[in-house]
Amino acid sequence: MAKVLMKGNEALAEAAIMAGCKLFFGYPITPQNEIPEYLSRRLPQVDGGCYLQAESEVAAANMLYGAAGVGERVLTSSSGPGISLMSEGLSYIAGAQLPVVVVNMVRGGPGLGGILPAQSDYYQATRGLGHGDFRVLVLAPSTVQEAADLVMDAFDLADKYRSPVMVLGDGLIGQMMEPVEFKKKEKVELPPKTWAATGYKGDRERSIINSLYLDPLELEENSWRLKARYDAMGRDELRWELTNCEGDYDVLITAYGSTARICKTVIETLKKQGISVGLFRPITLFPYPYKQLRDAAQKAKTVFCVEMSTGQMLDDVKLALEGSRPTQFYGRTGGIIPTPDEIIGQIEKILKGEEVDKR
Amino acid sequence: MTTELIVAGFGGQGVLLFGKFLALSGLKEEKEVVWIPSYGPEMRGGTCNCTVVVSDDPIGSPIIDAPNTVVVMNKPSLTKFGPRVSSDGLLLINSSLIDTTSDRTDIKIETVPANEIALELGNGRAANMVALGAYIALTKAVKFDTVLDVIRESFAKKKEFIDLNLAAAKRGYELAS
Repeated sequence: MAKVLMKGNEALAEAAIMAGCKLFFGYPITPQNEIPEYLSRRLPQVDGGCYLQAESEVAAANMLYGAAGVGERVLTSSSGPGISLMSEGLSYIAGAQLPVVVVNMVRGGPGLGGILPAQSDYYQATRGLGHGDFRVLVLAPSTVQEAADLVMDAFDLADKYRSPVMVLGDGLIGQMMEPVEFKKKEKVELPPKTWAATGYKGDRERSIINSLYLDPLELEENSWRLKARYDAMGRDELRWELTNCEGDYDVLITAYGSTARICKTVIETLKKQGISVGLFRPITLFPYPYKQLRDAAQKAKTVFCVEMSTGQMLDDVKLALEGSRPTQFYGRTGGIIPTPDEIIGQIEKILKGEEVDKR
Repeated sequence: MTTELIVAGFGGQGVLLFGKFLALSGLKEEKEVVWIPSYGPEMRGGTCNCTVVVSDDPIGSPIIDAPNTVVVMNKPSLTKFGPRVSSDGLLLINSSLIDTTSDRTDIKIETVPANEIALELGNGRAANMVALGAYIALTKAVKFDTVLDVIRESFAKKKEFIDLNLAAAKRGYELAS
């Protein structure tokens, strides 16, 4: 298929349809509105497709629960404040072991915050999406093409692990247009959804979709079952990308999503000045590629974490390094996107043995 | 070659479409492209701009501190983006709506009376295409024929606009060649 020029939000929406998603429930919020806009037009053209604008994010999350409970592929998308409203439902979905795909095009927070790009929902995505002992697999694209590819994978991963999967973008990925090619994906062998509540006719055990376990031993069992899946994700699903890590470097940058591609320009610019800097870009933020980062950091004297937040992924970077390398952090947030020159200025400080600016 | 562009003007002047046509032309020529709008809380009639990068190489940062080309369609845009053109870069000014210029001596400054030409052709709204034609002549960022193809394809559903937009782009191109 030829490449087409599309906004990240639109490409991601089309990719969801290609992955077999027929159902979307959500509520508008900038900067992801092109997703529901696109799907409101496209899903009615799909056999069995339904686009529904819920009365609130709380309702949308529970519509996801219902749709996933009958075994359908279902998508929602939102941005920070809306994801917060969905968090109760997402916890129920995780507890009931239901596969759903959630897109968060992050805007600056906390509170209503702003509408411009940020990466300040990292903790929410990787640690605090809702109450209880659960995590979700988090995928972070840095190009429009990757956003489309990852959404297709997200549906397979959700089904494979019976778990919510989040695609964590930001306003920049959502609003930017880039060429994208919709590649027909090879069919992944997935377990049949024997658990789906599709109507009891006496020919199988009753399917009960539930997250309430009043027997503590049963609840404990459920939590350990989920934990075993997260461990399996950590074994089998880690994704990361190394840039300019073949040779030697004193500084290894860690960054994800939009920030990582800005750092690629930093690396190219510094290369022309004879300075070699590496980049470690995690693509799965949960599970986090800890060991891979630690290995990449071995050649570096300093690991430099750059984010559009006040320092959230930095925690995972430190967990990965286990104190083996010093870290420095530079962050802009609230909708401010760090420029390549700004980051280069900080790297020059690191190379001189100085502390980077606080912001 | 890498062309970085910021094109800016009032909302409604068609600067996003200017940028989109450049990006689509780059895509047609199998180059790497990226297009980003300025989005944010804006009032009607407020300022609007987009950034486009067209390159033979993969594009890292879509955020450009100092683009090598800037097109300004109104005066506030000149004030805001004129100082950001990189050294030896190009600043293209819509002289129909901007009666001043930049005092910079390290860049190339060109003007095009985009609105006047568009009005002569019968519709002032085609000023963006006049500017696009001039821009392509000055930068050779993509082939002009590619741009004409993109105009034909993009207005395929509104055929009545094809000739006007083609004529506008051609006049701009000829003037600046």
